[in-house]
Amino acid sequence: MTISMLLPELWLLATICALFVASISGGKRSVLTWLPWAAVAGVVIAALSLGARGETLYGAYRLDGLSQFFKLVIALGFAVVTAIAAGKRDSKDLSPDYCMLLGLSAWGLMLLASCVELITLYLALELSSYSLYALIPLRGQDRRAAEAGIKYILFGAAVTALALFGLSYVMAAKHTTYLAALATSSWSLSEAPLAVIGMLLFLAGFFYKLALFPFHFWCPDVYQGAKNETAAYVATIPKLGAVVVLVRLASLFTPHMEVTNLLAVLGAISMTGGNLAALVQRDVKRLLGYSSVAHAGYIMLGLAAGSAAGLAAASFYSLAYILMNLACFYVVCAVSVDGENPTLDDLDGLYHRSPALAMILAVAAFALVGLPPTAGFTGKLFLLTAAWDQGYQWLVIVAVLNTAISIYYYLGLVRHAYTGESTAPALAVSRGSLVFGGVLAALVLLVGMLPASVYDLAAQAATQLHP
Amino acid sequence: MMTQFGFPVVTALIVVPLAAAVALLFLRGERAMRLLTLVTGILECLVALPLLAYDPAGAAFQFVEKAAWLPALGMTYHMGVDGLSLYMILLTALMLPLCVLGSWTYISKRVREFHFCLLLMTSACIGVFAALDFVLFYVFWEAMLVPMYLLIAVWGGPRRRYASIKFFLYTLAGSTLLLAAIVAFRQVGGTFSIPELMEKSYSFKFQILAFLAMALAFAIKVPMFPFHTWLPAAHVEAPAAGSVLLAAILLKMGTYGFLRFCLPLTPAASVTAAPVMIAISIASILYGGAIALGQTDIKKLIAYSSVGHMGFVTLGIFLFSVSGISGAILQMLNHGITTGGLFMMIGLLYERSHSREIADNQGLGKFMPAFMFLLGLFSFSSLAFPGTNSFVGEILVLIGAFKGNVWIGFAAVPGAMLAAAYMLRLLQRVTWGAPSSFKPGWWDLRTREWVTLLPLAVLVLYIGLAPAVAIKTIEPSIERVLAAMKMKNQAMGLRSDMPLAERLKLPAAVTVADGTDSIREERP
Repeated sequence: MTISMLLPELWLLATICALFVASISGGKRSVLTWLPWAAVAGVVIAALSLGARGETLYGAYRLDGLSQFFKLVIALGFAVVTAIAAGKRDSKDLSPDYCMLLGLSAWGLMLLASCVELITLYLALELSSYSLYALIPLRGQDRRAAEAGIKYILFGAAVTALALFGLSYVMAAKHTTYLAALATSSWSLSEAPLAVIGMLLFLAGFFYKLALFPFHFWCPDVYQGAKNETAAYVATIPKLGAVVVLVRLASLFTPHMEVTNLLAVLGAISMTGGNLAALVQRDVKRLLGYSSVAHAGYIMLGLAAGSAAGLAAASFYSLAYILMNLACFYVVCAVSVDGENPTLDDLDGLYHRSPALAMILAVAAFALVGLPPTAGFTGKLFLLTAAWDQGYQWLVIVAVLNTAISIYYYLGLVRHAYTGESTAPALAVSRGSLVFGGVLAALVLLVGMLPASVYDLAAQAATQLHP
Repeated sequence: MMTQFGFPVVTALIVVPLAAAVALLFLRGERAMRLLTLVTGILECLVALPLLAYDPAGAAFQFVEKAAWLPALGMTYHMGVDGLSLYMILLTALMLPLCVLGSWTYISKRVREFHFCLLLMTSACIGVFAALDFVLFYVFWEAMLVPMYLLIAVWGGPRRRYASIKFFLYTLAGSTLLLAAIVAFRQVGGTFSIPELMEKSYSFKFQILAFLAMALAFAIKVPMFPFHTWLPAAHVEAPAAGSVLLAAILLKMGTYGFLRFCLPLTPAASVTAAPVMIAISIASILYGGAIALGQTDIKKLIAYSSVGHMGFVTLGIFLFSVSGISGAILQMLNHGITTGGLFMMIGLLYERSHSREIADNQGLGKFMPAFMFLLGLFSFSSLAFPGTNSFVGEILVLIGAFKGNVWIGFAAVPGAMLAAAYMLRLLQRVTWGAPSSFKPGWWDLRTREWVTLLPLAVLVLYIGLAPAVAIKTIEPSIERVLAAMKMKNQAMGLRSDMPLAERLKLPAAVTVADGTDSIREERP
């Protein structure tokens, strides 16, 4: 393995260093003038190193199909978030150190994608979490943001303690922390009760990141409290880290074990609970918070299936998820006045105020419902197929019925934008920003209509894990 | 991937409106937008002309196009036309230019988006009728919801928000289980390809569950009683073009779904459920007719009459006889033409009187003779007057019904009489009633309106007087479907006197007799 294979991580690290220099030099020009371009270069680099394979740090850090796929998606997500933030570059809060913390968190997640050893996993997870703990309260003098920060840190600390406790059980029972070694041993409750319980507790750490029931309580509060740009980040990229680890861990299990059944049940509760709670929300970010709880449930379909197809579907869906969610948050950030939280009523008449934004919002919302021909539909189809093939028929039925529940509130977004009347003035959104949003929406449609190349990447990664 | 005409006809039918929709985004000027869409519509009709070369005696699926889509999961881009879908595709193509012409002055706000939605609708509807891959079918099936929702929600009447949401929720909720059925068929049948799935036999238990999931989606779309409540709301609030598309094309997707999926894929379950489906169909016929009789709103009246007419279609389908199903398909086509024409005319009437109430539109025969002549023609067609198109369809269904079971026939006949009652009542008051609101500024039919309505009027008489052309094209496909159905049920060991408990134990047939080969024969 050569150092050049680590280029995606190194590039992001270099970007972070540059941001660090910018934060202490106190230049007048906003870093957001160049950061998006640097992040886009990061996407190109990650795409070029898709084929990198190797191992380092005594086998604790591995570059395989899965890690490179997720590095690409994380780089993409980071680029989009910085581009969204660039739309509000005059805001005082978007200082170089803010961007540096964002970058650090993404960097931690990139490392997480490659970790194949439990302790390294834990360290990478904490690296990305600590920057988030600092990021969330950054919203001028807003008290809600402080509240959100405290909630996130308290929840995070408690769940981290659980995860570490579980890790100790796994180590005690299996005498190893390498995933490759863990994969060869049994994970049924009757044969290895201590290890299974330990692993479940360890998984809790990632359920928390993913906002899966019963670790989802922070999610709507934090989205609502945090700055719009921060919420856009928290809602998307950290979930990727959680999914990549869960995909790796799920490959240890086979369908219809106690662990996988539990994943399925948690998924079912999560999607139903999330969707029902979202029905009554008025704050768009809070609504999206509950929607992401529901989507965490959908991802469980693939993880519970545990087959190569299931893991590939979960990976694919996480890409679809961040694309459509970022498109949604892009509109939220663009619509919000003075960085306030938009409510559903603020979307009224969006059609008149900015037709392009309304269209992007419609594409994103219909993708979140899972309507074809968007990426949301294709991803969901893969998940359903995988789960049905592994005998989780009931879960598939629950998932499709949930689609029916979720239509109402996603449609609410479109309804307010297209049929609501409002006297608010037209929104001034720069042409560049609109082009960017349009590209995002086009990606959502494109990945939905022609999923073959992306799915093949994900499938290739999954078959490596689950030959 | 060339067909016999040197270009992929079905793909062209889908791509042309899409390309026009994209072009529309860059166009300026309302007139230019209307003209572009109109030209696209005419082009669409021209592109559809090669489909008339469909050879009834030839392969089961013609104009077949195949391309890789997602090989890893066995999804293919697979399109084709057979007797069941041919006329629906032609009708869809025809409706586009007529809808543009019909809304030339009716739609005055957000012109670009309106035509954008019309074009997307056309594309998606043709996709629904031509798709031979289950996932592809679902993609088009759902994709059509969004433009239709917007048509109602943005350009609709005063209660448009309520109507559009009801439409969207109802139809989407209904089709979510369809997706589960699609996934299940892939697991059991090993493919998403519809012709390949048609060849296989499935255990009775699986069939009945799959049938229920699919039938729910299709029954809501038709709509069959008691799932019809979204229809009157949607029809009344939708703009004229929206109502036309809804009546002429959208409703047909449900019955088309029954024919394309329920009968060939779940034959044993279809036979078992037939009595219930027939009962619901008759309930739809009678209920729709009876409610239509009490309406004072013209659009509502016609919406409820649609429920009744579509009841005839589902009745014909579940009789499982050649005359029943060919009557049903013909009726699908006829209902599209006739009700499409009626909704178009009501749109024109509304432009003049700004009211849809019968009472506000009385006694116009003296002032607008040409208008009333066409309204009369479409109304007579709607009540299945001999010589018009609907007569042929309805009589075929009734013949099928009487052949199947005399009592079914007797139960359906009052529906035909109700149709005469409510349509004549409407016609009498609008044409000869005491004049209520006529103003000298109301012009009789103008050239543009003539052009909009004439093609439909010609079709009413043409199909009414020379139905053999259409029937001959449809029949071989129906015979193939019915033969395959019978064969599969026999291979499974299904007998008509079996109780349900015994049927549930029936496994999938190991070998299906050779005769089913022809049901998946394909020709580019």
